[in-house]
Amino acid sequence: MKAQASAEQQTAAKTGADLLVEAMIAQGVETLFGYPGGAVLPIYDAIYRAEGSFDHILPRHEQGAIHAAEGYARVSGKAGVVIGTSGPGATNLVTGIADAMMDSIPLVIFTGQVAKGVIGTDAFQESDIMGITTPITKHNYQVQEIEDLPRIVNEAFHIATTGRPGPVVVDIPKDISSTVHEKQVDSEFHLPGYQPTVKPNPLQINKLHDALVEAKKPVVLSGSGVIHAGASEELKTFVQNYQLPVTTTLLGLGSYPGSCDLSLGMAGMHGTYSANTALYECDLLINIGSRFDDRLTGNLKHFAPNATIAHIDIDPAEIGKNIPTQIPIVSDARAALVSLNEKPVKGLDHKGWMEAISQNKVDYPLWHDLPEEAIVPQWLMQKVYEYTDGKAVVTTDVGQHQMWAAQYYHFDRPNRWVTSGGLGTMGYGFPAAIGAQLADMDSTCVAVVGDGGFQMTMQELSVLQERKLPVKVLIVNNQALGMVRQWQETFYSERYSESIIDVQPDFVKLAESYQIAGYKMETQEELLEVLPEVLADDQPAVIDCRVLQKENVYPMIAPGKGLHEMIGVKR
Amino acid sequence: MRRIVTATVHNRSGVLNRVTGLLAKRQFNIESISVGRTETEGVSKMTFVVEVEDDRKLEQLTKQLNKQIEVLKVSDITDKAIVARELAMVKVISNPQIRSEIQGIIEPFRASIIDVSKESVTVQVTGKSDKVDALIDLLRPYGIKELARTGLTAFTRGHQPQVAEFKSYSLLK
Repeated sequence: MKAQASAEQQTAAKTGADLLVEAMIAQGVETLFGYPGGAVLPIYDAIYRAEGSFDHILPRHEQGAIHAAEGYARVSGKAGVVIGTSGPGATNLVTGIADAMMDSIPLVIFTGQVAKGVIGTDAFQESDIMGITTPITKHNYQVQEIEDLPRIVNEAFHIATTGRPGPVVVDIPKDISSTVHEKQVDSEFHLPGYQPTVKPNPLQINKLHDALVEAKKPVVLSGSGVIHAGASEELKTFVQNYQLPVTTTLLGLGSYPGSCDLSLGMAGMHGTYSANTALYECDLLINIGSRFDDRLTGNLKHFAPNATIAHIDIDPAEIGKNIPTQIPIVSDARAALVSLNEKPVKGLDHKGWMEAISQNKVDYPLWHDLPEEAIVPQWLMQKVYEYTDGKAVVTTDVGQHQMWAAQYYHFDRPNRWVTSGGLGTMGYGFPAAIGAQLADMDSTCVAVVGDGGFQMTMQELSVLQERKLPVKVLIVNNQALGMVRQWQETFYSERYSESIIDVQPDFVKLAESYQIAGYKMETQEELLEVLPEVLADDQPAVIDCRVLQKENVYPMIAPGKGLHEMIGVKR
Repeated sequence: MRRIVTATVHNRSGVLNRVTGLLAKRQFNIESISVGRTETEGVSKMTFVVEVEDDRKLEQLTKQLNKQIEVLKVSDITDKAIVARELAMVKVISNPQIRSEIQGIIEPFRASIIDVSKESVTVQVTGKSDKVDALIDLLRPYGIKELARTGLTAFTRGHQPQVAEFKSYSLLK
C-alpha cells in the first residue's frame, strides 16, 4: 500500500514549468507567441510534453511575438500570451510591452530569468526585467517560490483582462521552472489592492442624463474603452435613442459603425472637419472610454471650450487628467451605457446642431487629388475598403498610411482595426496581422504597412510561409518615411533629413524567397486588375504598391494648434 | 503646495521602486519618503511629503498611486488632524568646553545627546519637520559634521474634529 501511494506521488510530481502549462490550460490559453532560449528551456520542455495543448507561434524576433500577441488580443478580446527567454529575449519584448500599456491591450508575458541563486550577479543573459518593465506594465511579478506560481499565473490573467486591460509580466527564474514539486498547490487569489469599479454611480448617471436632455449641441466621443467593454450595441442604442452625433478616436474606430449617418468619422490631428468642429462647438461632450490623448485634443485651451464634459472611464486616473471634467463616471463603458439606456428617452432640441453638422459633412468631406495614372494612397485605401466589402481586419504601422487607413476604411464593427495608437510603433502592423489572422481565420486580414515600418519586422514573413497564413501585406510604398517627410516639408522648410529611403529590397523577390506571392503595382490600371483577386484569394501575399511620394495627410491640426485651426480642409 | 500623503502597501519586493518610479515618471517631486511596517503583518506604510502645483496634480498623484495593485489605500492627510514626526541625528563639532552649551540649546527641544566623543556630540531630535529645522539652524554655527533625517511619518489623530473642512478628492465632489 505504502509503495503504491509513493508511486502515485511520483506521478504527481511536476516541475514548475508543468504547473505553468497547467495553469495556462486552465486559463483557456490556446495560442502562444514565443521564442525559446536558455532560461525557458524547462518551459519549452513542458510545452513539448503537453503536446497539442497549444498552438505555438514561433516568430523570428521576440518583437514579432509580442506584436502578434497584441493583434491576437485586439481581435479575439482574449489575453495574448507571450514567452521570451531571459536577458535579450526579455528586452526585445520591451517595445511591445510599452505599446500594449499605452493602448490597454491585455497581454500576459512570461519571461525566463536566470536561477534565483545568481540573480544580481550579472549572470549570462541576466537582465533586470522587473526594473525595466515596472513603469510599462499594469503589474509584474517575479516568482520567488514554486508554490506561488499557479496563483501568480491566475492573478496575471485576471489583472491583464479586467478593469482597464494591460500587459502583465511574470518573470520565472530557471530553477523555479525546473524544480520538481510534489505537493498540491493552491491557486486561489485575493487582491485587496485591485478592485476596479465597474458599476457606475447612479447619481452621476442621473447627472449625465439631465445634462443630455438639456443639451443643444451634444456630441459623443467614443474611444477604445467601448471596444474593450464590448459596448458597441449599447452605444448604438444610446446614440439612436437621442440621435447623437458620434466621433471616435483613432483606437475607437469600429466602436460605432463608421458608415452610419450619425458617424462623423475620426476626430483629432487628422480627423474630419465635421468631427473636430463638433468637438470644438459642442455644449455637451460625452466621452466614453477615451483618454483625451494630445493627438485628439490638440491645444487643450481650445478643446471643447464651451462644453460640459462628461467622461465615462473604468480608470479613475484618466478622468480629469488632461481635461477638467464636470460629470465624472467611473465605470465599465457597457455598464454605464446600460444604465443610461434605462433612463426615459426624451427627444432633444438639437435640430439646428444636427443640420449644421450634416452641412459640414457635405461641405468639408475628406478630399484628395486623383492624377491620371499614379496611385494615390487615399484612393488605394478606398479600393481596399471596396474590395474587402468593409469587412477585413486591418492592421497598420504608424504614420501616413495609418492615417489614410483610419480615414478611408469605415469600420462598421469593433475589433477589426488593429493599430499602434499611443506608442506609435513602426513595425507593428505586419506581426500584429499574424496574430489578428490567427484570432480570426475566416476574415481577410490586410496588413497596411509603410515601406519603412515593414522593413523593421519583415522577417516574420517566415511565419506566413510556415503557417500558410493568408495575410495580405499591403506596402504603401512611397520610398520615404512619409509622416516624417510631411512634417519636414511643412515645418522644416523641406529639409528632408534622412527621410527619403529610395534604396530598398525588391519586395516581390523578397516575398518569393519565402515562397509567398509578390506583386508590384505602379499604376491605377495595374491595381484595378490585380488587387481584387489578391485580396479575395486565401493565400498570403505581399503587395508592393508604389504611391505618390509627395502626398500629404490632410486635414491636419498642426502641433500646438486648436481644433478650430485645421489646415488642408479644402483642396 | 506641500502635501503629506500616506499609502498602505503590500510589503513585497519592488514595491518601493514601483511607487517612487511612478512618482518620477509622472514628474512629481518627492521631498521625503519614509517606509516601515505596520500593525498588520505584510503591510507597510509609506509617508510621502510631496510638492505639487495644484489640486489637479494632487488628484493625479493619489489616483495613480491607487492604481498600483500593491497599494491598498492612499490618503492625503495634510488637512486632517494628524500627528507627524520625524527623527534627525546631528553630529556637531564640540569640545568638552561647549558641550554643556549645546546641552542648553537642545533641552527646550527635548532632544538628547546619544553619542559623545572628544571632538563631537551626536544629538537626536524628534518632532515635526519645522522643529527639527529650527534645532539644526541653532546647531549650525558650531559646525555640523554629519546630518541624517528619516523623513516625515504621520497618521491621523484618534479623534477628528467635526468642524474641520476636509478636502475631498473623491470623484463625487
